[in-house]
Amino acid sequence: MGRYVVRRLLQMVPVFFGATLLIFLMVNVMGDPVAGLCGERACDPATAAQLKREFGLDQPVWQQYATYMGNVFTGDFGTAFNGQKVTELMATAFPVTVRLTIVAILFEIVIGITLGVVTGLRRGRPVDTTVLVLTLVVISVPIFVTGLLLQLLLGVQWGWIRPSVPPEATFAQLIVPGLVLASVSLAYVTRLTRTSIAENRRSDYVRTAIAKGLPRRRVVTRHLLRNSLIPVVTFIGTDIGALMGGAILTERIFNIHGVGYQLYQGILRQNTQTVVGFVTVLVLVFLVANLLVDLLYAVLDPRIRYA
Amino acid sequence: MRALRHAAWAAGAGVAVLGLAACGGAASGSSGSDVLSSSWGDPQNPLEPANTNEVQGGKVLDMVFRGLKRYDPRTARAENMLAEKIETTDSQNFTITVKDGWKFSNGEPVGARSFVDAWNYGASLRNNQKNAYFFGYIEGYDKVHPTSGKQTADTLSGLKVTGPRTFTVRLNQKFSSFPDTLGYVAFDPLPRAFFTDHAAWLSKPVGNGPYTIESYTKGSAMYLKRWDAYPGPDKAHNGGVTLQVYTDSNTAYTDVLAGNLDLVDDVPANQLKNVKTDLGGRYINTPAGIIQTLAFPFYDPKWNTSGARKVRTGLSMAINRKQITDTIFRRTRTPATDWTSPVLGTEGGYQAGLCGHACDYDPVEAKKLIQEGGGIPGGQVKITYNADTGSHKEWVDAVCNSVNNALGNDRACVGNPIGTFADFRNQIGQHRMPGPFRAGWQMDYPLIQDFLQPLYYTDASSNDGKWSNKQFDKLVDQANAETDPRKSVRLFQQAEGVVRDNMAAIPLWYQNGSAGYTERLSHVALNPFSVPVYDEIKVG
Repeated sequence: MGRYVVRRLLQMVPVFFGATLLIFLMVNVMGDPVAGLCGERACDPATAAQLKREFGLDQPVWQQYATYMGNVFTGDFGTAFNGQKVTELMATAFPVTVRLTIVAILFEIVIGITLGVVTGLRRGRPVDTTVLVLTLVVISVPIFVTGLLLQLLLGVQWGWIRPSVPPEATFAQLIVPGLVLASVSLAYVTRLTRTSIAENRRSDYVRTAIAKGLPRRRVVTRHLLRNSLIPVVTFIGTDIGALMGGAILTERIFNIHGVGYQLYQGILRQNTQTVVGFVTVLVLVFLVANLLVDLLYAVLDPRIRYA
Repeated sequence: MRALRHAAWAAGAGVAVLGLAACGGAASGSSGSDVLSSSWGDPQNPLEPANTNEVQGGKVLDMVFRGLKRYDPRTARAENMLAEKIETTDSQNFTITVKDGWKFSNGEPVGARSFVDAWNYGASLRNNQKNAYFFGYIEGYDKVHPTSGKQTADTLSGLKVTGPRTFTVRLNQKFSSFPDTLGYVAFDPLPRAFFTDHAAWLSKPVGNGPYTIESYTKGSAMYLKRWDAYPGPDKAHNGGVTLQVYTDSNTAYTDVLAGNLDLVDDVPANQLKNVKTDLGGRYINTPAGIIQTLAFPFYDPKWNTSGARKVRTGLSMAINRKQITDTIFRRTRTPATDWTSPVLGTEGGYQAGLCGHACDYDPVEAKKLIQEGGGIPGGQVKITYNADTGSHKEWVDAVCNSVNNALGNDRACVGNPIGTFADFRNQIGQHRMPGPFRAGWQMDYPLIQDFLQPLYYTDASSNDGKWSNKQFDKLVDQANAETDPRKSVRLFQQAEGVVRDNMAAIPLWYQNGSAGYTERLSHVALNPFSVPVYDEIKVG
């Protein structure tokens, strides 16, 4: 187990460097960011040159990358163009997005798995068909349509929620955005669970459990569900990273000042430090989430061993 | 037990994530009954007067600072604020006296030094101030801010403190309207705290305006409070303003409809068709000092021939400005008939119809002129714009459509989008424009000089197309040296005539400022810079 984790962590190193290098190159290809700093007019050459020197933009790209990575390991993610430390931006943005992601994941787990179990056990019944049609609708409607519609109905028409999330963004305020963000994944989780449950229902161990005379509830939760969850856990695990990075649309609609907002701002202003810094952290989140998923397999299915 | 141990590993990681989530700080702020909330965008640069060149940062500085002059929110005329008098005999040497009794909100008095120190700071190359070139008229600027090499002086030799409340300014050329430029944010005074503890000042700027900053959470909100001891005549009529950063003006607009936000100062284009029914009389659409033009790459020899002049005029006549402003912009823009802005007023130099027939839609004449001029250089007009903000795609496509219809050729004009504004500016700076490009100009101060000199004077700061004309330059120099404001304006208008005769840029339309607000507010107005006049807004 310990060795497995160490091996996995070592594998992360090249992925981490590769991903950050790619982002670094991509942002750099977009051209000179200082050009956009002076509004509709050209920066005066002396100031522009000085700014470039200060942000290290006058160096060759490989050297910029080397310096950047060197700084990252000392915890210095550089400075955004508005004079704020990127770490400071992260400290305000990540907690909000993490909260949003937690809400979304909870929705996926609670609603998605429940619906999946219910439909999986009642395959072909009206409940099953209805949920299937509903998930199809959710998957096919783009997230910004769902978001704007809920915002307009719940926020403006009925006045149940605030159309935008205040800066504090507490868990309660993130429920609707979280639901919007989770919606598509939620539908997938439902479908995955349903298929998995329906398949495993006919397997030998379930029949044995029923034959032993175990109560139905115990058969479903301890035997059937636990074995059926492996693909679902894989999906949810990889979804953590995707949700954090993909929150740009949802965050924009509901005015949440999280990672998506900072990334969007960073790309618009071509702020290498912000974009690379945030993506670096997202890459780490993604890698760790994947590792956790792999470790969870053993919890769900003791037959899985890590050498 | 094995399974349990795995579970513990996973749970540990989960707790770590939750811990991170829990540490989101809650912003505190006043929410008194006479405090209004308003939409805001994240300022691009640190909030220093000489470093702020966009509307969002300028909005804050306008509430927190007062300068020597202030532009009247209605008439746009420069009026004395902190200046008791600004005297000159030769339009080159100025003696400025600061009014007595003004203070910064930290108690420090505002004197001549507050200005001279601030201007020296703003001009110095060392401080990277993006508005540094505003001090370019002051003698010694080339030493403090050389175009290349090291700076050889720390302070402008043209600035001298002559008393606690008086200082003199010597310019490196005659510039009669110099006093009227002093309402610009870059010329604001700064307290000592700015220099002694810069980082602390930046996180919570201290000024001398009607509002003080109570708290500022970068990127999300700023809470401003009325400063009760404010010595000026324009005290705030409300208890304070909460500026709320919105990532999308649509969300801000929705929040106004739901009553969560009091004021949105940028009604998104796609809401314009609903705004009258949504807000009724609580929608403002007033002219601002912004003009949109199409500039040309005169560094490209193809566009710099004598025939190309006719082509440019022809293109101007091929654009159906009225139709585009009516349908796409829903009359939030007005077809332009000169190169300035109506906010200047006729006295200030605005002259409706100066462009004449060249700005009228006349497809037949347009086609004729373009053919006479030898056809479109390169066979196709490519209009370059940035596609990330401002819904530029819609109008560029419409302009091209209009040109194509006039010429009877589907391929005569195409849009050439560039992904980000930074890259757009970058390519303009590198002289890589393949044809005309979008050029928006928002005035710094309401003077006809500001609409002409920075844009069309040889090698001027915003002369992105590198247009150059001796006669124009001469007229501008004469206008700047002229002490009689009326004569000066007339000379600028003559210079504008040179721009017209050569069609140095195609004027498209004047842009309006738009705003919407809830029933809680009254006395809401936009100033000529399309910023709400916050101090006059009444709540309740």
